[in-house]
Amino acid sequence: MSVPTDLKYAKSHEWLRKTGEEAEVGITDYAQKEMGDIVFVELPEIEKVFQKGQECAVIESVKAASDIYAPVSGKITAVNDALEANPELINSDPYGKGWIFKISQSSQDDINELMGPDAYSEIIE
Amino acid sequence: MTEAIKTPLYKIYQESSAKFVDFHGWLMPVQYTGIIEEHLAVRNTAGLFDLCHMGEIEVAGKQATEYLQYVLTNDALKLTNGKAQYSLICNNSGGIIDDIIIYRFSEHKYFIVVNASNCEKDYNWFQTNAKSFDVTVKNFSKEMGLIALQGPESENILLAIGCSDAAQLRYFEFTESSIAGCKIMLARVGYTGEDGFELCCSLSDCEKIWKTLIASPHSVKAVPIGLGARDTLRIEAKYSLYGNDIDESTTPMEAGLDWTLALNKADFIGKHSLIKQKQNGISRILVCIEMQEPGIPRQHCLIKNNDKVIGEITSGTHSPTLKKNIGIGYVSRDNAKIGQNVFIEIRGKNRLAQIIGSPFYKGGLYKKRLQIKK
Repeated sequence: MSVPTDLKYAKSHEWLRKTGEEAEVGITDYAQKEMGDIVFVELPEIEKVFQKGQECAVIESVKAASDIYAPVSGKITAVNDALEANPELINSDPYGKGWIFKISQSSQDDINELMGPDAYSEIIE
Repeated sequence: MTEAIKTPLYKIYQESSAKFVDFHGWLMPVQYTGIIEEHLAVRNTAGLFDLCHMGEIEVAGKQATEYLQYVLTNDALKLTNGKAQYSLICNNSGGIIDDIIIYRFSEHKYFIVVNASNCEKDYNWFQTNAKSFDVTVKNFSKEMGLIALQGPESENILLAIGCSDAAQLRYFEFTESSIAGCKIMLARVGYTGEDGFELCCSLSDCEKIWKTLIASPHSVKAVPIGLGARDTLRIEAKYSLYGNDIDESTTPMEAGLDWTLALNKADFIGKHSLIKQKQNGISRILVCIEMQEPGIPRQHCLIKNNDKVIGEITSGTHSPTLKKNIGIGYVSRDNAKIGQNVFIEIRGKNRLAQIIGSPFYKGGLYKKRLQIKK
Protein backbone atom coordinates (compact mmCIF):
# COMPACT_ATOMS: atom_id res chain seq x y z
CA MET A 1 0.00 0.00 0.00
CA SER A 2 1.57 3.26 -1.11
CA VAL A 3 1.80 6.10 1.47
CA PRO A 4 3.94 8.93 0.02
CA THR A 5 6.17 10.60 2.62
CA ASP A 6 5.57 14.19 1.44
CA LEU A 7 1.83 14.23 2.18
CA LYS A 8 -0.42 14.77 5.20
CA TYR A 9 -3.29 12.40 6.01
CA ALA A 10 -6.72 12.48 7.64
CA LYS A 11 -8.20 9.59 9.62
CA SER A 12 -10.98 9.45 7.04
CA HIS A 13 -8.36 8.51 4.38
CA GLU A 14 -7.95 11.78 2.51
CA TRP A 15 -4.46 13.04 1.69
CA LEU A 16 -3.39 16.68 1.48
CA ARG A 17 -0.52 18.22 -0.48
CA LYS A 18 0.43 21.81 0.37
CA THR A 19 1.25 23.80 -2.76
CA GLY A 20 1.86 27.43 -1.75
CA GLU A 21 -1.40 29.08 -0.65
CA GLU A 22 -3.49 26.13 -1.77
CA ALA A 23 -3.61 22.49 -0.83
CA GLU A 24 -4.51 19.63 -3.13
CA VAL A 25 -6.75 16.87 -1.73
CA GLY A 26 -7.45 13.30 -2.81
CA ILE A 27 -8.04 9.88 -1.29
CA THR A 28 -5.33 7.44 -0.35
CA ASP A 29 -4.26 4.29 -2.14
CA TYR A 30 -5.69 2.31 0.76
CA ALA A 31 -9.08 4.04 0.39
CA GLN A 32 -9.32 3.50 -3.37
CA LYS A 33 -8.48 -0.18 -2.93
CA GLU A 34 -11.16 -0.54 -0.27
CA MET A 35 -13.77 1.15 -2.47
CA GLY A 36 -12.94 -0.84 -5.59
CA ASP A 37 -13.87 0.32 -9.10
CA ILE A 38 -14.79 4.00 -8.91
CA VAL A 39 -17.50 4.96 -11.41
CA PHE A 40 -18.73 8.40 -10.39
CA VAL A 41 -17.46 11.41 -8.43
CA GLU A 42 -19.70 14.21 -7.20
CA LEU A 43 -17.29 17.14 -6.99
CA PRO A 44 -17.71 20.09 -4.61
CA GLU A 45 -18.74 23.51 -5.92
CA ILE A 46 -15.92 25.98 -6.51
CA GLU A 47 -15.94 28.94 -4.05
CA LYS A 48 -17.84 26.91 -1.49
CA VAL A 49 -16.45 27.03 2.06
CA PHE A 50 -16.19 23.84 4.12
CA GLN A 51 -15.37 23.24 7.74
CA LYS A 52 -12.82 20.63 8.64
CA GLY A 53 -14.50 17.21 8.73
CA GLN A 54 -17.49 18.35 6.69
CA GLU A 55 -18.74 16.17 3.80
CA CYS A 56 -17.71 17.89 0.60
CA ALA A 57 -17.68 15.27 -2.17
CA VAL A 58 -19.03 11.80 -2.87
CA ILE A 59 -17.25 8.92 -4.55
CA GLU A 60 -19.36 6.12 -5.96
CA SER A 61 -17.84 2.72 -6.56
CA VAL A 62 -19.83 -0.06 -8.20
CA LYS A 63 -20.71 -1.32 -4.76
CA ALA A 64 -21.46 1.81 -2.71
CA ALA A 65 -21.25 5.57 -2.23
CA SER A 66 -18.61 7.02 0.13
CA ASP A 67 -18.44 10.53 1.54
CA ILE A 68 -15.26 12.54 1.23
CA TYR A 69 -14.54 14.95 4.07
CA ALA A 70 -12.65 18.24 4.00
CA PRO A 71 -9.38 17.40 5.80
CA VAL A 72 -8.97 21.10 6.71
CA SER A 73 -11.32 24.11 6.75
CA GLY A 74 -11.17 26.35 3.70
CA LYS A 75 -12.59 27.44 0.38
CA ILE A 76 -12.67 25.26 -2.75
CA THR A 77 -10.57 26.89 -5.47
CA ALA A 78 -10.44 24.14 -8.09
CA VAL A 79 -11.87 20.71 -8.82
CA ASN A 80 -10.49 17.94 -10.99
CA ASP A 81 -12.88 18.04 -13.97
CA ALA A 82 -11.10 15.08 -15.55
CA LEU A 83 -12.83 12.87 -12.99
CA GLU A 84 -16.21 13.53 -14.58
CA ALA A 85 -15.28 11.55 -17.68
CA ASN A 86 -12.65 9.33 -16.03
CA PRO A 87 -13.48 8.69 -12.38
CA GLU A 88 -11.22 5.60 -12.51
CA LEU A 89 -8.21 7.95 -12.39
CA ILE A 90 -8.65 7.76 -8.61
CA ASN A 91 -8.02 4.00 -8.81
CA SER A 92 -5.10 4.19 -11.22
CA ASP A 93 -3.31 7.26 -9.83
CA PRO A 94 -4.75 8.26 -6.42
CA TYR A 95 -1.92 10.68 -5.52
CA GLY A 96 -1.52 12.22 -8.98
CA LYS A 97 -4.11 12.46 -11.77
CA GLY A 98 -6.75 11.28 -9.31
CA TRP A 99 -6.64 14.42 -7.12
CA ILE A 100 -10.16 15.64 -6.29
CA PHE A 101 -10.12 19.33 -5.30
CA LYS A 102 -7.94 22.23 -4.16
CA ILE A 103 -8.71 24.13 -1.00
CA SER A 104 -7.30 27.50 0.19
CA GLN A 105 -7.31 29.79 3.23
CA SER A 106 -6.61 26.85 5.50
CA SER A 107 -4.99 27.51 8.86
CA GLN A 108 -1.59 26.05 9.62
CA ASP A 109 -3.09 24.62 12.84
CA ASP A 110 -5.54 22.51 10.79
CA ILE A 111 -2.70 21.22 8.65
CA ASN A 112 -0.53 20.46 11.66
CA GLU A 113 -3.29 18.36 13.17
CA LEU A 114 -3.22 15.95 10.22
CA MET A 115 -1.14 12.79 10.40
CA GLY A 116 2.23 12.19 8.87
CA PRO A 117 2.91 9.12 6.69
CA ASP A 118 4.13 6.99 9.62
CA ALA A 119 1.06 7.62 11.77
CA TYR A 120 -1.24 7.00 8.80
CA SER A 121 0.57 3.78 7.86
CA GLU A 122 -0.11 2.52 11.37
CA ILE A 123 -3.87 3.04 11.19
CA ILE A 124 -4.25 1.16 7.88
CA GLU A 125 -2.22 -1.84 8.98
CA MET B 1 -22.70 -12.89 16.95
CA THR B 2 -21.59 -16.34 15.93
CA GLU B 3 -18.61 -16.58 13.65
CA ALA B 4 -19.37 -16.59 9.93
CA ILE B 5 -19.26 -20.03 8.29
CA LYS B 6 -16.47 -20.66 5.81
CA THR B 7 -17.10 -22.67 2.64
CA PRO B 8 -14.68 -25.47 1.68
CA LEU B 9 -13.18 -23.09 -0.89
CA TYR B 10 -11.99 -20.65 1.76
CA LYS B 11 -8.53 -22.24 1.69
CA ILE B 12 -8.20 -21.31 -1.99
CA TYR B 13 -9.24 -17.71 -1.39
CA GLN B 14 -6.54 -17.26 1.18
CA GLU B 15 -4.02 -17.69 -1.61
CA SER B 16 -5.72 -14.87 -3.56
CA SER B 17 -6.37 -11.20 -2.82
CA ALA B 18 -10.10 -11.77 -2.27
CA LYS B 19 -12.06 -9.40 -0.03
CA PHE B 20 -14.74 -10.91 2.15
CA VAL B 21 -18.18 -10.04 3.35
CA ASP B 22 -20.51 -11.65 5.87
CA PHE B 23 -23.45 -12.75 3.72
CA HIS B 24 -26.26 -14.07 5.94
CA GLY B 25 -23.79 -15.77 8.26
CA TRP B 26 -21.43 -17.00 5.53
CA LEU B 27 -17.99 -15.59 4.95
CA MET B 28 -18.09 -15.07 1.18
CA PRO B 29 -15.69 -13.43 -1.28
CA VAL B 30 -17.16 -10.13 -2.47
CA GLN B 31 -14.45 -9.45 -5.03
CA TYR B 32 -11.15 -10.84 -6.29
CA THR B 33 -9.58 -8.52 -8.88
CA GLY B 34 -12.36 -5.93 -9.15
CA ILE B 35 -16.10 -6.03 -9.80
CA ILE B 36 -15.96 -4.56 -13.32
CA GLU B 37 -13.18 -6.89 -14.49
CA GLU B 38 -14.94 -9.93 -13.04
CA HIS B 39 -18.30 -8.85 -14.46
CA LEU B 40 -16.89 -8.48 -17.96
CA ALA B 41 -15.10 -11.83 -17.71
CA VAL B 42 -18.50 -13.53 -17.28
CA ARG B 43 -20.03 -11.58 -20.17
CA ASN B 44 -17.10 -12.24 -22.52
CA THR B 45 -15.51 -15.53 -21.44
CA ALA B 46 -16.28 -17.39 -18.21
CA GLY B 47 -16.37 -17.00 -14.44
CA LEU B 48 -16.51 -19.36 -11.49
CA PHE B 49 -18.74 -18.72 -8.47
CA ASP B 50 -18.68 -20.33 -5.04
CA LEU B 51 -22.34 -20.87 -4.14
CA CYS B 52 -21.76 -23.29 -1.28
CA HIS B 53 -23.80 -21.01 0.98
CA MET B 54 -26.98 -21.87 -0.93
CA GLY B 55 -29.36 -24.47 0.43
CA GLU B 56 -30.18 -27.88 -1.04
CA ILE B 57 -33.35 -29.69 -0.03
CA GLU B 58 -34.53 -33.10 -1.24
CA VAL B 59 -38.18 -34.04 -1.49
CA ALA B 60 -38.81 -37.75 -1.97
CA GLY B 61 -41.71 -40.14 -1.62
CA LYS B 62 -44.82 -41.49 -3.28
CA GLN B 63 -46.56 -38.12 -3.23
CA ALA B 64 -43.55 -35.94 -4.03
CA THR B 65 -45.12 -34.46 -7.17
CA GLU B 66 -48.50 -33.80 -5.53
CA TYR B 67 -46.77 -32.23 -2.56
CA LEU B 68 -44.66 -29.88 -4.71
CA GLN B 69 -47.75 -28.90 -6.67
CA TYR B 70 -49.20 -27.81 -3.32
CA VAL B 71 -46.21 -25.90 -1.86
CA LEU B 72 -44.87 -24.28 -5.07
CA THR B 73 -46.56 -21.87 -7.47
CA ASN B 74 -45.29 -23.20 -10.80
CA ASP B 75 -46.59 -26.35 -12.48
CA ALA B 76 -44.32 -29.23 -11.49
CA LEU B 77 -46.25 -31.51 -13.86
CA LYS B 78 -44.55 -29.74 -16.74
CA LEU B 79 -41.27 -31.31 -15.63
CA THR B 80 -39.93 -34.58 -16.92
CA ASN B 81 -36.89 -36.40 -15.50
CA GLY B 82 -33.75 -34.30 -15.99
CA LYS B 83 -35.61 -31.01 -16.28
CA ALA B 84 -35.41 -28.03 -13.95
CA GLN B 85 -37.83 -25.19 -13.27
CA TYR B 86 -37.78 -21.78 -11.61
CA SER B 87 -40.57 -21.61 -9.04
CA LEU B 88 -41.75 -19.76 -5.95
CA ILE B 89 -42.82 -20.65 -2.45
CA CYS B 90 -45.65 -18.33 -1.44
CA ASN B 91 -47.50 -17.89 1.84
CA ASN B 92 -51.29 -17.89 2.17
CA SER B 93 -51.57 -14.21 1.29
CA GLY B 94 -49.44 -14.64 -1.85
CA GLY B 95 -46.26 -13.11 -0.37
CA ILE B 96 -43.03 -14.66 -1.61
CA ILE B 97 -41.30 -16.91 0.94
CA ASP B 98 -38.49 -17.73 -1.49
CA ASP B 99 -37.60 -18.15 -5.15
CA ILE B 100 -36.06 -21.50 -5.96
CA ILE B 101 -35.07 -23.95 -8.68
CA ILE B 102 -36.50 -27.45 -8.60
CA TYR B 103 -34.89 -30.43 -10.31
CA ARG B 104 -36.84 -33.57 -11.15
CA PHE B 105 -34.94 -36.86 -10.83
CA SER B 106 -38.14 -38.89 -10.97
CA GLU B 107 -41.81 -38.61 -10.19
CA HIS B 108 -40.88 -39.53 -6.64
CA LYS B 109 -37.67 -37.60 -6.16
CA TYR B 110 -36.90 -33.90 -6.55
CA PHE B 111 -34.08 -31.66 -5.51
CA ILE B 112 -34.57 -27.99 -4.64
CA VAL B 113 -31.92 -25.25 -4.49
CA VAL B 114 -32.94 -22.39 -2.20
CA ASN B 115 -31.44 -19.06 -1.12
CA ALA B 116 -28.86 -19.16 1.67
CA SER B 117 -30.75 -16.54 3.65
CA ASN B 118 -33.96 -18.59 3.56
CA CYS B 119 -32.68 -22.12 3.94
CA GLU B 120 -33.89 -22.76 7.50
CA LYS B 121 -37.17 -20.91 6.92
CA ASP B 122 -37.89 -22.89 3.72
CA TYR B 123 -36.97 -26.21 5.30
CA ASN B 124 -39.30 -25.57 8.23
CA TRP B 125 -42.08 -24.46 5.85
CA PHE B 126 -41.62 -27.58 3.74
CA GLN B 127 -41.67 -29.77 6.87
CA THR B 128 -44.78 -28.13 8.31
CA ASN B 129 -46.69 -28.52 5.09
CA ALA B 130 -45.54 -32.09 4.45
CA LYS B 131 -47.61 -33.61 7.24
CA SER B 132 -50.57 -34.73 5.14
CA PHE B 133 -48.40 -36.04 2.29
CA ASP B 134 -46.45 -39.25 1.90
CA VAL B 135 -43.08 -37.50 1.46
CA THR B 136 -39.82 -36.99 3.30
CA VAL B 137 -38.05 -33.63 3.20
CA LYS B 138 -34.32 -33.65 3.86
CA ASN B 139 -31.98 -30.71 4.20
CA PHE B 140 -28.64 -31.50 2.53
CA SER B 141 -27.26 -27.96 2.80
CA LYS B 142 -24.51 -28.95 5.21
CA GLU B 143 -23.34 -31.82 2.98
CA MET B 144 -23.75 -30.42 -0.52
CA GLY B 145 -21.80 -27.69 -2.25
CA LEU B 146 -22.68 -25.64 -5.32
CA ILE B 147 -20.34 -24.09 -7.90
CA ALA B 148 -21.50 -22.02 -10.88
CA LEU B 149 -19.58 -21.73 -14.13
CA GLN B 150 -21.08 -18.89 -16.16
CA GLY B 151 -20.25 -17.21 -19.43
CA PRO B 152 -20.11 -18.02 -23.16
CA GLU B 153 -17.00 -20.22 -22.81
CA SER B 154 -18.48 -22.37 -20.02
CA GLU B 155 -19.42 -25.30 -22.23
CA ASN B 156 -15.99 -25.40 -23.87
CA ILE B 157 -14.27 -25.30 -20.49
CA LEU B 158 -16.30 -28.33 -19.36
CA LEU B 159 -15.71 -30.20 -22.62
CA ALA B 160 -11.95 -29.60 -22.32
CA ILE B 161 -11.88 -31.43 -18.97
CA GLY B 162 -13.78 -34.35 -20.43
CA CYS B 163 -17.23 -33.46 -19.15
CA SER B 164 -18.99 -34.19 -22.45
CA ASP B 165 -22.42 -34.17 -20.80
CA ALA B 166 -22.27 -30.38 -20.93
CA ALA B 167 -22.91 -30.37 -24.67
CA GLN B 168 -26.04 -32.51 -24.31
CA LEU B 169 -27.87 -30.16 -21.97
CA ARG B 170 -30.26 -27.48 -23.09
CA TYR B 171 -31.24 -24.58 -20.87
CA PHE B 172 -32.94 -25.76 -17.65
CA GLU B 173 -31.89 -29.37 -18.15
CA PHE B 174 -29.61 -31.35 -15.85
CA THR B 175 -27.89 -34.69 -15.59
CA GLU B 176 -25.75 -36.71 -13.23
CA SER B 177 -22.17 -36.42 -14.37
CA SER B 178 -18.64 -36.35 -12.99
CA ILE B 179 -15.58 -34.11 -12.88
CA ALA B 180 -12.15 -35.35 -11.82
CA GLY B 181 -13.78 -38.56 -10.62
CA CYS B 182 -16.21 -36.68 -8.37
CA LYS B 183 -19.93 -37.22 -8.77
CA ILE B 184 -21.87 -34.06 -9.65
CA MET B 185 -25.29 -32.91 -10.67
CA LEU B 186 -24.67 -30.75 -13.73
CA ALA B 187 -27.40 -28.25 -14.64
CA ARG B 188 -27.57 -25.67 -17.40
CA VAL B 189 -28.96 -22.83 -15.29
CA GLY B 190 -27.65 -19.57 -13.86
CA TYR B 191 -28.17 -16.14 -12.38
CA THR B 192 -26.07 -13.95 -14.66
CA GLY B 193 -28.03 -13.55 -17.91
CA GLU B 194 -25.31 -15.54 -19.63
CA ASP B 195 -25.16 -19.18 -20.73
CA GLY B 196 -23.66 -21.37 -18.03
CA PHE B 197 -23.90 -24.23 -15.58
CA GLU B 198 -24.35 -24.94 -11.90
CA LEU B 199 -22.61 -27.96 -10.42
CA CYS B 200 -23.91 -29.53 -7.25
CA CYS B 201 -21.54 -31.88 -5.48
CA SER B 202 -20.44 -33.16 -2.11
CA LEU B 203 -18.89 -30.35 0.00
CA SER B 204 -15.71 -32.41 0.35
CA ASP B 205 -15.26 -32.51 -3.46
CA CYS B 206 -15.66 -28.76 -4.01
CA GLU B 207 -11.99 -27.88 -3.82
CA LYS B 208 -10.97 -30.58 -6.29
CA ILE B 209 -13.71 -29.62 -8.76
CA TRP B 210 -12.94 -25.90 -8.47
CA LYS B 211 -9.25 -26.49 -9.14
CA THR B 212 -10.03 -28.76 -12.10
CA LEU B 213 -12.29 -26.11 -13.65
CA ILE B 214 -9.73 -23.34 -13.14
CA ALA B 215 -7.03 -25.52 -14.72
CA SER B 216 -9.15 -26.60 -17.73
CA PRO B 217 -6.89 -26.83 -20.80
CA HIS B 218 -9.37 -24.81 -22.87
CA SER B 219 -7.67 -21.79 -24.46
CA VAL B 220 -9.76 -19.39 -22.37
CA LYS B 221 -9.69 -19.71 -18.57
CA ALA B 222 -12.49 -19.24 -16.08
CA VAL B 223 -11.71 -16.67 -13.38
CA PRO B 224 -13.18 -16.55 -9.86
CA ILE B 225 -16.08 -14.14 -9.39
CA GLY B 226 -17.22 -12.58 -6.10
CA LEU B 227 -20.66 -11.64 -4.83
CA GLY B 228 -20.13 -8.05 -6.02
CA ALA B 229 -20.11 -9.00 -9.69
CA ARG B 230 -22.79 -11.63 -9.07
CA ASP B 231 -25.03 -8.74 -8.03
CA THR B 232 -24.21 -6.46 -10.99
CA LEU B 233 -24.67 -9.36 -13.44
CA ARG B 234 -28.07 -10.33 -12.09
CA ILE B 235 -29.27 -6.70 -11.97
CA GLU B 236 -28.42 -6.24 -15.67
CA ALA B 237 -30.52 -9.35 -16.38
CA LYS B 238 -33.26 -8.05 -14.03
CA TYR B 239 -33.20 -11.18 -11.92
CA SER B 240 -34.73 -10.59 -8.51
CA LEU B 241 -32.64 -10.90 -5.37
CA TYR B 242 -34.54 -12.21 -2.38
CA GLY B 243 -34.43 -9.66 0.43
CA ASN B 244 -33.96 -6.75 -2.01
CA ASP B 245 -36.53 -7.00 -4.78
CA ILE B 246 -38.78 -9.72 -3.43
CA ASP B 247 -39.83 -10.82 0.06
CA GLU B 248 -42.98 -11.82 1.95
CA SER B 249 -44.45 -8.34 1.52
CA THR B 250 -44.24 -8.53 -2.29
CA THR B 251 -46.25 -10.82 -4.56
CA PRO B 252 -45.27 -12.60 -7.79
CA MET B 253 -47.46 -10.35 -9.91
CA GLU B 254 -45.94 -7.19 -8.46
CA ALA B 255 -42.46 -8.60 -9.08
CA GLY B 256 -43.22 -9.48 -12.71
CA LEU B 257 -42.99 -13.17 -11.86
CA ASP B 258 -46.56 -14.06 -12.83
CA TRP B 259 -45.16 -16.47 -15.43
CA THR B 260 -44.26 -18.73 -12.49
CA LEU B 261 -47.90 -18.95 -11.37
CA ALA B 262 -49.92 -21.95 -12.51
CA LEU B 263 -53.22 -20.51 -11.33
CA ASN B 264 -55.21 -23.24 -13.07
CA LYS B 265 -53.61 -26.12 -11.18
CA ALA B 266 -55.33 -27.75 -8.18
CA ASP B 267 -55.09 -26.03 -4.83
CA PHE B 268 -51.71 -24.63 -3.80
CA ILE B 269 -50.64 -22.37 -0.97
CA GLY B 270 -51.42 -18.77 -1.85
CA LYS B 271 -53.65 -19.64 -4.83
CA HIS B 272 -56.78 -18.00 -3.44
CA SER B 273 -55.03 -14.68 -2.70
CA LEU B 274 -53.16 -14.67 -5.99
CA ILE B 275 -56.32 -15.23 -8.04
CA LYS B 276 -57.99 -12.41 -6.13
CA GLN B 277 -55.02 -10.17 -6.87
CA LYS B 278 -55.18 -11.06 -10.54
CA GLN B 279 -58.88 -10.12 -10.63
CA ASN B 280 -58.48 -6.90 -8.66
CA GLY B 281 -55.23 -5.84 -10.28
CA ILE B 282 -52.03 -4.81 -8.56
CA SER B 283 -51.19 -1.37 -7.23
CA ARG B 284 -47.44 -1.46 -7.91
CA ILE B 285 -45.00 -3.22 -10.19
CA LEU B 286 -41.25 -3.82 -10.41
CA VAL B 287 -39.69 -1.85 -13.28
CA CYS B 288 -36.29 -1.19 -14.86
CA ILE B 289 -34.95 2.33 -14.49
CA GLU B 290 -32.06 3.95 -16.33
CA MET B 291 -30.51 7.19 -15.10
CA GLN B 292 -30.44 10.13 -17.50
CA GLU B 293 -28.49 12.36 -15.09
CA PRO B 294 -25.40 11.48 -13.03
CA GLY B 295 -25.74 9.39 -9.88
CA ILE B 296 -26.34 5.75 -9.07
CA PRO B 297 -29.74 4.66 -7.82
CA ARG B 298 -29.24 2.56 -4.68
CA GLN B 299 -31.59 0.46 -2.58
CA HIS B 300 -34.19 2.66 -0.77
CA CYS B 301 -33.72 5.72 -3.04
CA LEU B 302 -37.14 7.29 -3.63
CA ILE B 303 -38.68 7.25 -7.11
CA LYS B 304 -40.73 10.36 -7.91
CA ASN B 305 -43.05 11.74 -10.54
CA ASN B 306 -42.12 15.40 -10.16
CA ASP B 307 -42.40 15.82 -6.39
CA LYS B 308 -44.78 12.97 -5.73
CA VAL B 309 -43.22 9.78 -4.39
CA ILE B 310 -44.33 6.86 -6.58
CA GLY B 311 -41.98 4.16 -5.37
CA GLU B 312 -38.59 3.04 -4.15
CA ILE B 313 -35.45 1.50 -5.67
CA THR B 314 -34.87 -2.08 -4.49
CA SER B 315 -31.55 -2.74 -6.29
CA GLY B 316 -29.25 -0.46 -8.24
CA THR B 317 -25.74 -0.23 -9.57
CA HIS B 318 -23.44 1.02 -12.24
CA SER B 319 -23.82 -1.38 -15.18
CA PRO B 320 -20.36 -2.46 -16.34
CA THR B 321 -21.70 -3.84 -19.64
CA LEU B 322 -23.86 -0.87 -20.62
CA LYS B 323 -21.73 1.75 -18.82
CA LYS B 324 -24.94 3.29 -17.49
CA ASN B 325 -26.41 3.68 -14.03
CA ILE B 326 -29.40 1.41 -13.57
CA GLY B 327 -31.89 0.36 -10.94
CA ILE B 328 -34.89 -1.85 -10.25
CA GLY B 329 -37.77 -0.61 -8.15
CA TYR B 330 -41.47 -0.75 -7.44
CA VAL B 331 -43.59 2.08 -8.80
CA SER B 332 -47.35 2.63 -8.65
CA ARG B 333 -49.17 0.92 -11.54
CA ASP B 334 -50.23 4.20 -13.18
CA ASN B 335 -46.62 5.39 -13.27
CA ALA B 336 -45.09 2.30 -14.83
CA LYS B 337 -45.15 3.11 -18.54
CA ILE B 338 -42.01 2.36 -20.52
CA GLY B 339 -40.46 5.63 -21.63
CA GLN B 340 -41.90 7.60 -18.73
CA ASN B 341 -39.52 10.07 -17.09
CA VAL B 342 -39.13 9.85 -13.33
CA PHE B 343 -36.82 11.35 -10.73
CA ILE B 344 -34.64 9.38 -8.38
CA GLU B 345 -33.79 11.11 -5.12
CA ILE B 346 -30.05 10.67 -4.64
CA ARG B 347 -28.51 12.41 -1.62
CA GLY B 348 -31.40 14.86 -1.39
CA LYS B 349 -31.37 15.82 -5.08
CA ASN B 350 -33.88 14.79 -7.75
CA ARG B 351 -32.03 13.18 -10.64
CA LEU B 352 -33.72 12.52 -13.97
CA ALA B 353 -34.23 8.88 -14.98
CA GLN B 354 -36.46 6.88 -17.29
CA ILE B 355 -38.48 3.69 -17.02
CA ILE B 356 -37.21 1.30 -19.69
CA GLY B 357 -38.09 -2.17 -20.99
CA SER B 358 -36.79 -5.27 -19.22
CA PRO B 359 -34.08 -6.52 -19.03
CA PHE B 360 -31.22 -4.01 -19.17
CA TYR B 361 -28.81 -6.44 -20.79
CA LYS B 362 -30.20 -7.83 -24.02
CA GLY B 363 -27.21 -9.93 -25.10
CA GLY B 364 -26.19 -13.36 -23.81
CA LEU B 365 -29.00 -15.66 -22.84
CA TYR B 366 -31.73 -13.15 -23.69
CA LYS B 367 -30.58 -12.95 -27.30
CA LYS B 368 -30.05 -16.70 -27.52
CA ARG B 369 -33.52 -17.51 -26.24
CA LEU B 370 -35.07 -14.94 -28.54
CA GLN B 371 -33.39 -16.67 -31.49
CA ILE B 372 -34.71 -20.05 -30.35
CA LYS B 373 -38.26 -18.65 -30.12
CA LYS B 374 -38.02 -17.34 -33.69
